[in-house]
Amino acid sequence: MESLSNKRKVIESKPLNFWERIYLPAIAKGMTITLKHFLFKKDVTVRYPEQKREFSENFRGMHSLKRDENGKERCTACGLCALSCPAEAITMIAAERQPGEENLYREEKYAAVYEINMLRCIFCGLCEEACPKEAIYLDGDIVPADYLRKDFIYGKDKLVEAPLNQ
Amino acid sequence: METTEIIVRLVLIVVIFLISLVVAMYSTYAERKLAAFFQDRVGPNRAGPFGILQPLADGAKMFLKEEIIPTNSSKFLFIVGPSLAIMTACIGSAVIPWGEQLQIGGKLYDLQVTDINVGLLYIFGVVSLGVYGVMIGGWASNNKYSLLGAIRAASQNISYEIAMGLSIIALLMVTNTLSLKEIAEQQHGWHWNVLYQPLGFILFIVCSFAETNRSPFDLPECETELVGGYHTEYSSMKLGFYLFAEYINMFISSAVMVTLYWGSYNYPGMDWVAAHLGSVAAPLIGTVVVFAKIFVFIFFFMWVRWTIPRFRYDQLMDLGWKGLIPIAIANIIITGLWITFVK
Repeated sequence: MESLSNKRKVIESKPLNFWERIYLPAIAKGMTITLKHFLFKKDVTVRYPEQKREFSENFRGMHSLKRDENGKERCTACGLCALSCPAEAITMIAAERQPGEENLYREEKYAAVYEINMLRCIFCGLCEEACPKEAIYLDGDIVPADYLRKDFIYGKDKLVEAPLNQ
Repeated sequence: METTEIIVRLVLIVVIFLISLVVAMYSTYAERKLAAFFQDRVGPNRAGPFGILQPLADGAKMFLKEEIIPTNSSKFLFIVGPSLAIMTACIGSAVIPWGEQLQIGGKLYDLQVTDINVGLLYIFGVVSLGVYGVMIGGWASNNKYSLLGAIRAASQNISYEIAMGLSIIALLMVTNTLSLKEIAEQQHGWHWNVLYQPLGFILFIVCSFAETNRSPFDLPECETELVGGYHTEYSSMKLGFYLFAEYINMFISSAVMVTLYWGSYNYPGMDWVAAHLGSVAAPLIGTVVVFAKIFVFIFFFMWVRWTIPRFRYDQLMDLGWKGLIPIAIANIIITGLWITFVK
């Protein structure tokens, strides 16, 4: 039948000629290629724990809970991050700021407990987008490996930014 | 035989045995490292500087792994298999000359365990025994994959032994002796046999790839078809023995190739060295030369492995029976004509 698309190609399988049949020229050719890699090509491996590849600017890593310019925690425990989280990785317990704690928390309400389950988190960044107080950013490093599931639930001790040192 | 002679021989045996084990151990490391370099990777680099303790770590791991013997296997043969494989791999080194005679205190010491006048035939015998380890292990596993792997190994070895033997016949027509010591002595300076038997050497090296079950002829352990091949059911150090036997085989067959074709301990300018450095240093340099050549061949084995894909089984048989054997016979005829009319 005639081809309508004009794309049809007739492929014929030619019998191998003598040099192809004894394989050796082809083998020699292949071996020069591998030898070139052996001698001249540099390996591209990044030796990870010692050497780190630079992240792109919008890389999303471990979360950090931010402080404002006076060193007060920005988070007000509104729960919008938890609500926006598609993986349901975030949970928190809110508490009221007591008199005398004004230098610790910016608003009257704060998160007494703030936990992110790093095994559930998919690092989508929706919590970052949802936050009205600019309190959470995924600007950290890669979340390190661990042995137990419970150790992947990160509390405020690991998430809150280090306090300002004047 | 004198007592000292016997002691010297025993020491030599132990030393060669240890050297083969160390070389085999570090061949595993070299294989992984070279594979990495051929593929633009780094290779093992965690255990010790540049990963040089990796073989020890691998060995420790092998010893500590759980030993599994399948319920329906033939237990005795299951254990005999790997033992036989490693034993036949080791005894091949007995007839290989590792250097010239050492002259210490007016006495001559051979750097060869024994010089039997049928050394070459002995090597052949050992090589063909090697397949028994694979066969017995594969059969005793009571596993279809193992059995198929073992059958493949057996038929492959038989097919390629013929071509190997024929290529050796042409070499024997040139050397007129079966003793490896005499063959080594004949290749003084640069009169290496490979210059007189280039085709024979190519045949021999192809066959030794097949005999040692190395890629591109590693069909007995073809993962894509046979899971693990003949050692599917093996674990722990028994598996280690099989893998080790492969590397020792590679070492020994490199040594055989060096002895037969690449001038053993001979190198251009050796007379000058012998005249200037005395009767102890010069033979030792010869030994270094032997090992350097062997390492080049081991490198070549690995280089080929990380370049060429595996043959299909029918291609393998085609190459063996329709390719190598006719060429080997032609090589014998050419050598015969050359000896009659030219030499």
